[in-house]
Amino acid sequence: MTLTSGAHPVQQRADEGEFSVRIEHVVKQFTADGPIVLDDVSLDVRPGEFVSLVGASGCGKSTLLNLIARLDTQTSGTIETLGAPTLMFQEAALFPWLTAGRNVELALRFSNVPRSERKARAQELLALVHLERSYDQRPHELSGGMRQRVAIARALAQGRSILLMDEPFAALDAITRDFLHEELTRIWLETGMTIIFVTHNVREAVRLSQRVLLMSSRPGRIINEWNIGGHKPWRLDSPDVAHLASEITDELRKEIIRHAN
Amino acid sequence: MPTDEQISAEVRPSDLSQLEAGLDALETGGRQGPSVKTLFARALSPLIAIGVIIIIWQIIFYLQLQPDYVIPGPRQVWDALANQAEQQILWQSTLNSIRRAAQGFIIAVIIATPIGLALGLNSKLRAVFGPILTGLQVLPSVAWVPAAIIWFGLSDATIYTVILLGAVPSIANGLIAGMDQIPPIYLRVGQILGAKGLPRAWRIVLPASWPGYLAGLEQGWAFAWRSLMAAELIAVSPALGPGLGQMLDTGRTLGDMALVLGSIGMIMAVGILVERVVFSPLRQRTLRNRGLIR
Ligand SMILES: Nc1ncnc2c1ncn2[C@@H]1O[C@H](COP(=O)(O)OP(=O)(O)O)[C@@H](O)[C@H]1O
Ligand SMILES: [Mg+2]
Repeated sequence: MTLTSGAHPVQQRADEGEFSVRIEHVVKQFTADGPIVLDDVSLDVRPGEFVSLVGASGCGKSTLLNLIARLDTQTSGTIETLGAPTLMFQEAALFPWLTAGRNVELALRFSNVPRSERKARAQELLALVHLERSYDQRPHELSGGMRQRVAIARALAQGRSILLMDEPFAALDAITRDFLHEELTRIWLETGMTIIFVTHNVREAVRLSQRVLLMSSRPGRIINEWNIGGHKPWRLDSPDVAHLASEITDELRKEIIRHAN
Repeated sequence: MPTDEQISAEVRPSDLSQLEAGLDALETGGRQGPSVKTLFARALSPLIAIGVIIIIWQIIFYLQLQPDYVIPGPRQVWDALANQAEQQILWQSTLNSIRRAAQGFIIAVIIATPIGLALGLNSKLRAVFGPILTGLQVLPSVAWVPAAIIWFGLSDATIYTVILLGAVPSIANGLIAGMDQIPPIYLRVGQILGAKGLPRAWRIVLPASWPGYLAGLEQGWAFAWRSLMAAELIAVSPALGPGLGQMLDTGRTLGDMALVLGSIGMIMAVGILVERVVFSPLRQRTLRNRGLIR
């Protein structure tokens, strides 16, 4: 396991200025007299990189993802992305009036895939998440983990190169989450997508990503980062995951305790 | 420093998909819709109530609390309807009324849907026109019959005007209510998917608001049927042809209480039939498809 952390200057520039997402001095305030939710956040994400964002609840992780996805606009600063990103939530948010297959087809439709190709393509995408047999099932007939896999297939249907994930596995049980980690890694390696993964589960972040960013709360800033090498995903019970996770958790606790006073 | 065993993580696709298949099978039990038997029972159960009502009615009739011309018995009402049927009036009237109401209802849907969508999507439009729509919905559309007769005379235009003024506000308001209840996450997903304009309205907003819209359609149908009966009752003319409202009016002019009650029974029967055959199955299917009932 290769690991570099706080010794390096935080928010270092990506090599040769090559980036998939470039965030520069972003500030976000929801109301003019309200609190500064994000304060001078800068971040470069390389193409194909898997980055996790961890931080206490309410520190502005979702806000940052929404800004990157252009669901909202920043108060100041710039966000550049290489193509439009797609975003997944904690809930799969599949449309309940459509079957699993039709949900994927709808995403293809809005991505201007010709009608004649949609069905076959949707079947391929469902096969990629091992759900080819669930094409005609309704979302309520699927388990939480299966729904989230359909949501992954729907996101992939958009053919975007950047995938933003906002605590996508937080509502799942441990066994299902464990499998989805392996699935996500496999899909990431197969597609070469850039992934920004938000979680408050430090172990999950360490296990999945090449780089873990720690955010502070009020105001939200990126205060530390860890580069993690090795194969992905790490076994959840690996001592290295445990060791690094406890190091990051300590930092996170310090950051939370700071707010107690 | 880590050793190779610790980096176990190479994913073996075959293992993974098998484990997943196992999990999927465990987590999703076999679920079925209702059986044919339950559906049959559900369709027939209102007949029990009708049977009970007829029995009580027959008992009251036997007690002779009032003379026959005030409270006729089931048998006399049946005969009055049979008499109308012999003269070909009963079925003509019923079918004619259903046809008018259905046509008026379809036109109402076509008019109300864009209105509802526009007001539901645009809060400024809604602030201006929303109260008018609510006002129209509160006003009994029978109040428009005199006005419509003055404008259009005793013609089909009068009848359709009254139906539309009854049904359009209900349907539009139902759609608006349905749109207000769309979980915001669906609209955000729509935005992420790049949905805009008409495709967004058609593929996301309308289906997401369908439960409220359907309630509006059901209420709109009820209002269309009621308005039609009011219009037929008031605007009686040979030029308009037969209808259940006209049949009711004939009963009134002849002082034939059996025919009056028979007509009322027919009007209710059509209402129940449409609910059972059209709206109830639609509602059940919607709820079942969305996992809101088993
Ligand atoms: N639409 C909004 N209007 C006002 N404040 C908001 C809005 N969305 C989020 N916030 C505030 O911004 C802060 C960060 O929220 P969020 O990004 O959801 O945190 P996280 O995802 O890290 O838990 C919170 O204090 C929250 O109350
Ligand atoms: Mg959040």
